[in-house]
Amino acid sequence: MPDYRTEQKEKGSEKSGIFFRLALIIVVAAFAIYLANPLGAKLFGANYTFKLGLDLQGGTQLVYQGSLDKIDDSLRSEAMDSVRDVIERRVNAFGVSEPVVQVSGDDRLLVELPGVTDINEAVRQIGQTPLLEFREEDPNFSLPESGDTDINPDALFRPTALTGAQLQRADVVFNSQTSAISAPEVSLAFNNEGKELFKEITERNLGKRVAIYIDNQLLSAPVVQSVITDGRAVIQGNFTVEEARELATRLNSGALPVPIELISQQNVGPTLGRISVARSLVAGIIGFAAVALFMLVYYRLPGLFAVFALLIYTAISLTLFKIFNITLSLAGIAGFILSIGMAIDANILIFERTKEELRGGADVDTAIETGFKRAWSSIRDSNISSLITTVILGFFGTSIIRGFAITLSVGILVSMFTAITVTRTFLHAALALPGFHKPSTFGVKKITS
Amino acid sequence: MFDFVKYYKYFFGLSVVLVIAAIVLLFVFGLNLGIDFVGGSIYEVRFDQGPASAQEIGNFLSGQGFGGVIVQPTQENAYILKSQVFSLQEQEEFAGLLKNRFGTFEELRYDSIGPVIGAELKQKAYWQLGLVVVGILFYIAYAFRKVSEDKRRQDISSWRMSLAAIAALVHDTIIVLGLFAVLGKVMNVEIDSLFITALLTLLGFSVHDTIVVFDRVRENMVMQKKFGWTMREVLNYSVNQSLARSVNTSMTVIFVLLALAFFGGTTIFWFVIALLSGVAVGTYSSIFIAGPLLLVRGHDN
Repeated sequence: MPDYRTEQKEKGSEKSGIFFRLALIIVVAAFAIYLANPLGAKLFGANYTFKLGLDLQGGTQLVYQGSLDKIDDSLRSEAMDSVRDVIERRVNAFGVSEPVVQVSGDDRLLVELPGVTDINEAVRQIGQTPLLEFREEDPNFSLPESGDTDINPDALFRPTALTGAQLQRADVVFNSQTSAISAPEVSLAFNNEGKELFKEITERNLGKRVAIYIDNQLLSAPVVQSVITDGRAVIQGNFTVEEARELATRLNSGALPVPIELISQQNVGPTLGRISVARSLVAGIIGFAAVALFMLVYYRLPGLFAVFALLIYTAISLTLFKIFNITLSLAGIAGFILSIGMAIDANILIFERTKEELRGGADVDTAIETGFKRAWSSIRDSNISSLITTVILGFFGTSIIRGFAITLSVGILVSMFTAITVTRTFLHAALALPGFHKPSTFGVKKITS
Repeated sequence: MFDFVKYYKYFFGLSVVLVIAAIVLLFVFGLNLGIDFVGGSIYEVRFDQGPASAQEIGNFLSGQGFGGVIVQPTQENAYILKSQVFSLQEQEEFAGLLKNRFGTFEELRYDSIGPVIGAELKQKAYWQLGLVVVGILFYIAYAFRKVSEDKRRQDISSWRMSLAAIAALVHDTIIVLGLFAVLGKVMNVEIDSLFITALLTLLGFSVHDTIVVFDRVRENMVMQKKFGWTMREVLNYSVNQSLARSVNTSMTVIFVLLALAFFGGTTIFWFVIALLSGVAVGTYSSIFIAGPLLLVRGHDN
């Protein structure tokens, strides 16, 4: 039989155990609340912001279908990968921040361009091979009588048969002959057909200019010094290294290995996105307030603890979204707000069970323990069935639906933790204080047998 | 203590009426499938200075050769234009025409989905629904497996619990679909991927609720052994006990959904309504339908 001093020591260490856990939770909560700041937060040098989906920040999503009929089954995934690479290079050349280019399924390509609103320009640039042309001076051209020295180069030159179709390879080279500092240039190598054509063009235009056009824009127009038979040419255009590299890449990416067709596009303007975010925030706050009010009125002090646990739950979930860089779509935010309503479920189950035990005459400590223990099976089973649904949604859905599934599952998992651990700690801590150790704390007045 | 089982005939009756009504409505009106499933384009624009009406836009477009376009007003000077899929040039031409005739506008959103993707999404939806139902069926049978280990009372096996839960689910789903068949006809609400998401979520959630009741039944089955209660008495007792839990857990979700419906983004409004109606029907079926279903074909009635 433990003596008085041992009992007191046990109670003492129990109490300190509880307060230690309480302190731990408060620290975690403080971190979470700080990091969850919607306006962004910094910690240890890393930036923590929310990743907004296309429907919230505005942007374009394109789905391309590749025609793989002419390609052997075994080579298909390679083909799609090279298509992906080509398109990714073009997208990068387009200058979008954080674009997404991925192969979807067997033969589809998904392209996401956040912040891009001119969808037609995007589609044109991405879907199109850059057009490389060599043009020669048009013998029919004559200077205007007015003596105007502003000549439109397009009128001066006429196209030849030499285009990107004959291009074998483009490279970035550094020329140290023309200046002290090596200037980046793009060197071109043509195939056999191209070699022939180039030889003819240079023969025809000795001493005259040959213009190099990319996408109908004049890049440079050097004077032909000699007949070129090795099919090599150099584009000098006052490039920066970046520009030279970009051009070489675009030229090399050339024709797509597989023809692609645009089968779906979705474009959300930034206004709609901004409005949706604002409204979701308001809805979330109001929803939270309603739930909090209900819990306080119906369950009193334990209800208050449940609300605290809910706040902590919200902060932890939001922080997890940031840490794992989960993309939030509108449906995703709705899923999160929904999970706030569901998170409180576990607490309701526990409290109801506790009340029952209290009404049946159990003492407060036992009632709470039984409440937590017995309610656990309901909580576990019902949350697992919800999780089954979200997993299936996550596997099969499009990116927006997957967003919903992910936020909902994160919500369910975190809520299982906070509802049980956090609430229990708060309750234990409160019960350690005098005055709370009675059934009326739970709103139980009479004890019926 | 409310004798649920005594009045089960009325509750079943109400449910049967609702389900039949829903099925009839589905046949008569059909589901208003959005472009996610049939393909097409949706162009949502807001004019700086609006045209007089949706009709004016529609007439103008017909005159220009774009006859198949449906125009719907949404807010002030904002309209949704639906049509079949446009090519890039057609879309630019379209936008140009609108700008020349009605002034500048802001493009709120533009979705263009080819019919191939549409057919695929439809198939995926069926798969998802099937998988969720099967998943839940197996999970409940597994979770409640100890129930049938009690050899003395074989009336309620865990399989029967699964089936009762699934029956309640199917009941809920059909009613919600029926509701949206009506909404589709009357208010032009479309069924899109989000709606399917709502349906699936509500499957998971409705089962959540039913499990609360079944869990209590499982616990109280011990009363049969101890006090010789009939299954009917066990059921009634269980449902009454779980009433508070069931209603409250649904209440909190409903509060949150109402907040989303009234204050949330407009694009997800019908998605939220689908969830709301599902939760309401789901709660009703968990309390009034699922329990008594366990007794049907049972030995004491």
